[in-house]
Amino acid sequence: MAQELNRLKESPSQTAGPYVHIGLTPNFLGIEGVFPVDLGREMVNDETIGERIDVVVRVFDGTGTVLKDVLVEIWQADAKGLYNSPNEPRGKADPNFTGWGRMASDMENGECVFRTIKPGQVPFNDGRMQAPHISLWIVARGINLGLQTRMYFADEDAANRVDPVLTRLEHQNRVPTLIAPREGNTYKFDIHLQGEKETVFFDI
Amino acid sequence: MKNSLPEVHGFFQRDRSWHPPAFAPGYRSTVVRSPQRAPISFPNTLSEVTGPVFGHALLGELDNDLTINYAKAGESAIGPRIVVYGRVLDENGRPVPNSLVEFWQANAGGRYRHKKDTYLAPLDPNFGGCGRAVTDAEGRYWFRTVQPGAYPWPNGVNDWRPAHIHFSVFGPGFVQRLITQMYFEGDPMIWKCPIVRTIPDERAIERLIAKLDMEATQPFDSRLYKFDIVLRGSNSTLFENRKEGN
Ligand SMILES: [Fe+2]
Repeated sequence: MAQELNRLKESPSQTAGPYVHIGLTPNFLGIEGVFPVDLGREMVNDETIGERIDVVVRVFDGTGTVLKDVLVEIWQADAKGLYNSPNEPRGKADPNFTGWGRMASDMENGECVFRTIKPGQVPFNDGRMQAPHISLWIVARGINLGLQTRMYFADEDAANRVDPVLTRLEHQNRVPTLIAPREGNTYKFDIHLQGEKETVFFDI
Repeated sequence: MKNSLPEVHGFFQRDRSWHPPAFAPGYRSTVVRSPQRAPISFPNTLSEVTGPVFGHALLGELDNDLTINYAKAGESAIGPRIVVYGRVLDENGRPVPNSLVEFWQANAGGRYRHKKDTYLAPLDPNFGGCGRAVTDAEGRYWFRTVQPGAYPWPNGVNDWRPAHIHFSVFGPGFVQRLITQMYFEGDPMIWKCPIVRTIPDERAIERLIAKLDMEATQPFDSRLYKFDIVLRGSNSTLFENRKEGN
């Protein structure tokens, strides 16, 4: 028999469950005094470079009902297209922008509202530019493995049309599920877990 | 030209037959919350291999002691005192340092401090139910808590969750994000649980069961349970003499 590779298997995922707020947004839930703030709530400060925007994410189940117990994290580049991460090899990102947000949905209307900036462009591995985008990770009761998707910006049509990820989708009629329309300074991104408008999710 | 491209080491693709499938009707909430179309793959880019970092400076002194981090001064939570410890590793067996590990759980009676939990077991006024740690250079973390109780939940008419602690873990890449649950060695409830049983492979389930470690147990204080967590690995760490930068 050949030698073993001795690689480990990833720990299997389990649902975040209905009580995810206790661990990840305790102050939002009213558990105060354990952590001073909920992580990921503030992505920007007064010094952050870039155009201020709000991103409003809602997640709908297969019956068209908005999820009121979902938790969404986002990850994005700064205004120049740099990530605030040690794995960013191209330069130092804006120190006044974390790039990472975490919000539990409002328990009444299901909205996750991220106060952020519009990201710059990040290259694909072959050197082509990707359109500005935000990476999302979605967990909730009934979701066994966190869902990965991306949000693109409707007012970046020229960049979207040549984006290396969007253009590789076999079903081009599903591209609009990844593009958030703009109203004023707000982008509304509705995610559909199932049905006609099912959002494109990624295995990346 | 090639040298001007960012060097991106993608993560090993997730083995989706090892994880629970999205649609697992024994766990009824998955039925309308599971995507039905195949997910789309593309090579990891900088957007996937980068991620936020949380330093040790983030932590408060009591963040990893759930027995007292919500308790009134001089009091502590009720229940069997335990310490959970372990390491965060990647699939290559390398430690993941500076990994933020967050955990939450029910109290010893099986009740969560959450407005949606209406189980008749009482709240413990000295127990909040959340904590966090950041792994050290060897990927190690630990926290003290009380062993949570089992609790009933609306699925079948008589479904109970085994005692468990929820974990959220960060790696250096955003696509390593993982949420899972830790169970306790020897608990017969594990194998009856519809959420546990969404995981198709028994060997994968075993990976979520923490082992009692009597050797490390602190006499007259706490029993210890060991729980290691493995995040996705990449080929970036295969070659030692590669230049720094993951
Ligand atoms: Fe739970």
